[in-house]
Order: sequence, then structure tokens, then C-alpha cells
Amino acid sequence: MVLHKIKRLLTKLGAGCVNKIWRLGAGGRLFWLTLLSSGESFRRFRLTIREVYFTGVLSLIIILVSAFFVGMVLALQGYHTLQKYGSSEAIGVLVALALVRELGPVVTALLFAGRAGTAITAEIGLMKATEQLSAMEMMAVSPIARVIAPRFWAGVIAMPVLATLFSMVGILGGYLVAVPLIGVDEGAFWSQMQANVDWEYDILNGVLKSVVFGVACTMIALFEGYDAPPTAEGVSRATTRTVVTSSLAVLGLDFILTSFMIAM
Amino acid sequence: MANAIVEIQDLSFGYKGRLLHKGINMTFPKGKVVAIMGGSGSGKTTLLRLIGGQLKPTKGRVNVCGEVVHEQDREGIYRLRRKMGMLFQHGALFTDLSVYENVAFPMREHTNLPESMIRDLVLMKLNAVGLRGAHALMPTELSGGMARRVALARAIALDPSIIMYDEPFAGLDPISMAVICDLIRSLNDALGATSIIVTHDVEETFQFADYVYFVADGVVAAEGTPDELRQSELPFVHQFVHGEKDGPVPFHYAAPEYHASLLRGAR
Repeated sequence: MVLHKIKRLLTKLGAGCVNKIWRLGAGGRLFWLTLLSSGESFRRFRLTIREVYFTGVLSLIIILVSAFFVGMVLALQGYHTLQKYGSSEAIGVLVALALVRELGPVVTALLFAGRAGTAITAEIGLMKATEQLSAMEMMAVSPIARVIAPRFWAGVIAMPVLATLFSMVGILGGYLVAVPLIGVDEGAFWSQMQANVDWEYDILNGVLKSVVFGVACTMIALFEGYDAPPTAEGVSRATTRTVVTSSLAVLGLDFILTSFMIAM
Repeated sequence: MANAIVEIQDLSFGYKGRLLHKGINMTFPKGKVVAIMGGSGSGKTTLLRLIGGQLKPTKGRVNVCGEVVHEQDREGIYRLRRKMGMLFQHGALFTDLSVYENVAFPMREHTNLPESMIRDLVLMKLNAVGLRGAHALMPTELSGGMARRVALARAIALDPSIIMYDEPFAGLDPISMAVICDLIRSLNDALGATSIIVTHDVEETFQFADYVYFVADGVVAAEGTPDELRQSELPFVHQFVHGEKDGPVPFHYAAPEYHASLLRGAR
């Protein structure tokens, strides 16, 4: 009886592992096919622009409002700690570095996965469930070239722009709390930021992170939608998986990228 | 058959260890309307997918315009599909495009026609299905019958040689059903195309089809003209054509003996 239970547990575990590996392979294959089919997205760039609007422009409100509050909280917390060491003028640098290096790309990616990623998965999943992708195939039009690739490149383009805007609005939020509200010297706030934030090491690395997160989040959302069982439950589960997988991927990739960036 | 545009030869297809088709042979002559009928789950829609190259047969072959579908590479299959139009069960209209853009979609994808010509062609196709006035509507604003007609206009956008219909009458009111019946026949004759209809609506199909195949248990159980099949004494065909509740296709799904189940408390 016990042996039977152990056998069943091991079988289930093995099947789960095989399924995960299979999905990883299928995701990699879809990524490769998307890259191969990307010519279409660039030749008919209006398809990609349209998706930039849906994934990027429509995500602006949540990104900018979140950025504003994150910046304000950072300034409050930062001031509270820095004043103990008599360096409250460094608040500008703290806010800027935290946003540009880490919070900008990471929080933007998490919000993007929740707002745009779920929309992409649900849309592709429903297109599959209502046979729109099959109809396209039967019209001799590749759904990967026509549907997947433009959304992929839209995500890759939108993410760094959103992350940059997040950092800018976050800094503005930090400024409003630090300078007019707390009374930190305005000159010190901006000049320390200007002197200590490095263009290549801080800003470009932050942008690079957001590009990588853009590739990961968009591809996960697309794959989950494309692979979703064509039922209401299937699409619902795929949408949940998009948020969970994207969030874990972003946090894991952030650690890896930060390690490399610090080591270099 | 000399003028066959689609031929299915000794076709077997199965998945997950279950054989759905077991050596099916069918011929679809040019210019004819041919129906494939059978109960739910008998693999009718799968046959359309095999003809369209979306699935590969386990054994046998499907010839379309003289070429074996599953031996083609991706380019070859796409080339063959440009000769086909398909009407899906629920239309499968692109929900983010208007009626006009849905019909224009295949033209924009496969031709370099100027916008003015695309406009004329789209309006002609929509006029053929009686929906020229609905060109600005979105798919969500259409009834089931209208959506099916728009999908039909899209399926014939590039004047295909083969038009495939997957359950074209499912869920339609009698008026829409009559309209679709009429359109299938008239468009087939006007375009000189070959129509393949997968359905289980006997009365409607028998009104306009030239030839009918009955599929059951993975094989062609009967075939002939609608008149021949009406007279058929084959038990399955008789049950299907006359809509009898019980017969070779039993009313009850296989289960243990009824009395015993009730008395023993078993299911």
C-alpha cells in the first residue's frame, strides 16, 4: 500500500517534471519561430505600432501613478534613514539610483505582466478558442508572423520606454516629498544626483534590464496564450500562469543581471 | 475519378491511441456540392482539417488539385490553402476587425491590389451574401446568421476552387438556415468551385447537395445521392435520415444493467 503510494507520487512528480521541460522546449521553439517570423512585423510596422499602443500606451496610467507613489515612499524612507547619519542631502542620489538601477525596471515589469501580459494571454487564448488562429492558418497566413511577432516586438519596445518613464516620474515624486515637503535643499538634491548617477553604469544597465524583462514578460504572455487549452478554464489558468511565471522570471533575471553588472 | 479536385485514399487517422478513421475513401468532383454526414464525434471536422493540411494522416493520403497534402512543406501547404476557403462552425471572424476588414483580410495578405479595387471586391463579396449594408459593423454587433454570412464572404474573398463548410447550420434560425443553404449552392455554381460540407442537418443538406457520404465508426458507412440515401434500407442510414431515437446508434451510453445498478447502489 505504502509502496503503491510512493510509486504514484513519483509518477506524478516525474510527469510534472516532464511537462515543465516540455513547456520550456515549446516556449523556446515559439521564441525561435517568432524571431524567424519577425520580418513581417518590421515590413508592416503599423501592426507593431498598433500593439505598442495596446501594451504600452494603455499601461501608462498604472505605471505612472505607481511610479509617483514609489518615488514618494522612497524619499520618505530614505530621508528617515539618511538623517540619522547626517547625510539627508544624499536623498536625491538614493531615490535616483534605486529607481534607475532596480525599482524602475523591476516594478515596471511586474506591473506590465499584470496589466499588459494578462491582456495578451487572454486575447491570444480567446483567439485560439474561437478558431481565429485556425482560420488564419487556413487562409495561408501564419499566426506567428501576423499575431505573435508584432505583439512580441511591441512588448520589447514598450518596456524600456515605460521603465524610463517610471524612473522619471518616481524621481519627480521623490523630489516633491524631499524638497517642498521635508525641506531638503533643492540644489543639493539635483546636484548630488547629477554627480553620482552614471550614464553607462546606472542608466544604460537599467535600460538593458528592462529590455530583457520585456523579452521575458512578453514571450511568457504570448506562449501561455498560444498554448492555452481552448476553453474558458484553460484561458483563465493561462492568464494566472502568465502573472506568476513572469513575476518569478523578472525577479530571477534581475538577480542574474545585477550579479553580472556588478561583477563587470 | 478524372475531374476529382479532392481525393481521400485509404485514409486512417488517430490520436492518443484511438483510431478515428479506418481506411476512408472519398472523392470530391469539380463543381459539385458534397456533404460529409455522421454523428457527433465521428471525425467529420477532422476530415476537413486533414484536407486543409492542419493534421497529418496516420496512413493513406489526401490529394488536393493533384498534390498530396501531407507531403508538402509549409510553403506548399500555404500554396494549396490559397485555393481553399473555409467557413468555420462559428464563423471565426477576427473580433478586432470590422466586417469590411475581415473580408478584406485575405486580399490584403495575399495580393497587392490597390485600395480602390479591394473596396470594390469587398463590397461585391458582401453584396453576394446580402450584407453590403453591414460593412461598418464589428463582429460583436452581428447575429449568428450574419456572422456566418460574413465568414462566407471572407471564405470566398479570393475566389477559391474548394470551399469547406464546418457545420454551417449549427445554431441558426430557420430563415438564416435557408439563406445559408441558398448561398452554398449559388456561390458554388457562380464560382465553379467544389464545396465540401460537414454537417448533421439532414433535411437542409439533402435539398442542395449533389452527393453525400455517411461516416460512422471510422469508415464510410454509406454514400450516394440524397434520393438514393432517402430510400436506403441500411439501418444506420435509416436511423440517421429519419432521426430515430434508437437503432444501430443506441440511445444509452454503454452502462451496467439498469436494475442491477439501482438495487446494488452501483453507478
